[in-house]
Amino acid sequence: MGTKSSTWTSRVSALFLKDFKSELRTRYSLNALVMFAVITLTVVSFSIGMFSLSSKIKSSLFWIVIFFSAMSGLAQVFIKEEEAKTSTLLKLVASPESIFAGKLLYNLVLLLFLEIVIVPLFVIMLGFSILNFWLFLCVLVLGSLGLVCATTIIAAIVAKASVKGALFAVLSFPILLPLLVTVISGTNLASEGASFSQGLRDLQILFSYAVVMFVASFLLFDFVWEE
Amino acid sequence: MWWKILIGLLITVVVISVFLMPPPQKELGDISRIFFFHVPVAWVTVLAFLVAMINSVLYLSKKNPVYDIQAAVSSQVGFLFAILATVSGAIFAKNAWGSYWNWDPREISVFILLLIYGAYLALRSAIEMEDRKANLSAVYSILAFITVPFLVFVVPRVFQSLHPTDSIINSQIKIQMPPLVLLVFLSSLLGFSLLFVWIYNLEIKVTILHKKIKESSTIK
Repeated sequence: MGTKSSTWTSRVSALFLKDFKSELRTRYSLNALVMFAVITLTVVSFSIGMFSLSSKIKSSLFWIVIFFSAMSGLAQVFIKEEEAKTSTLLKLVASPESIFAGKLLYNLVLLLFLEIVIVPLFVIMLGFSILNFWLFLCVLVLGSLGLVCATTIIAAIVAKASVKGALFAVLSFPILLPLLVTVISGTNLASEGASFSQGLRDLQILFSYAVVMFVASFLLFDFVWEE
Repeated sequence: MWWKILIGLLITVVVISVFLMPPPQKELGDISRIFFFHVPVAWVTVLAFLVAMINSVLYLSKKNPVYDIQAAVSSQVGFLFAILATVSGAIFAKNAWGSYWNWDPREISVFILLLIYGAYLALRSAIEMEDRKANLSAVYSILAFITVPFLVFVVPRVFQSLHPTDSIINSQIKIQMPPLVLLVFLSSLLGFSLLFVWIYNLEIKVTILHKKIKESSTIK
């Protein structure tokens, strides 16, 4: 039993490393993702100019930047397999669960890296103050987890369709809406310095969303991938 | 056959009684009559969403193409009803609250349903292979259905403070609904639900016929 689970994790990590290494060679998704986020951020900051915004608006803008950057980059994880025609080979080598876990992990790392770049920039360029940093961190991590769980399965769906880019955002938005609303309210609370108990409700919703999406996407991935 | 005539009669009676009886809400007057059409239409929107999800689950477990057709038809009809619900709601909102769109929780939920239906139909039109289309759209339909409970919790919590007048219809149902109003309302609900079943069955037959014609023409 122990060896079985260890082979599963080693397979997942092998798949993750495969994506990670091929990404480091070209840096296609990474560059696109980070540059997209920086450009959107600059546009936002530039258009605001001298106005000072409330923290509510700033947290909304912050998540809009993250959302659209995610939309521009996270679908690549499956699209590139289809474009390189390697998905059939991948099907032979690994089980659907381990493929999905590897892709999920890869997307999560990509998104977290993006956030490491974006958060300081956002703080500097928009004067975004985060009074309760730990609450902010919890909201950010749980929100990213939910976002990645939902978008990875949609990326798998979109990779099989003919118009990929536009469809990804169209399919993701209705599903991500509850997450976005919650994450914006949580970020707003954190930036205003609310305590953990005040933000608890948002964290609970984010946590349950992430868990539900995680389970559902794992169960449904079989059907997307089999064919 | 007889039940279709019955639907016609039922809806006729409902329409006549809606316009002849005194308005269900005194302060709003005649505008509140829209309640008898708007709420059943919104109800059918949700019903169609549920039917589509159940058919999607059945498709994934049984792999019978009929379930896929049923899910697709249910979504198409649901999309139509979602537009009707949104428009009739906006007309009511304009007269009751002064603007067509207020982003109150109900408007948000119907709007999201509209988006989900739109996304689902966009996905279907973007895939050409039949099996693949059926598979992927069934997955999306289930995925979208799962998020609905979150909306029920999340949306009212954030947007409640903006629109305290939201509860006009709600309080009306719960607190003061005279027996006659209740009767007409329930008949209207039943009428529209049956109308949905009718359109749904008709549309399924049409789709299956279309498919057969397509198949026979490609063989030749």
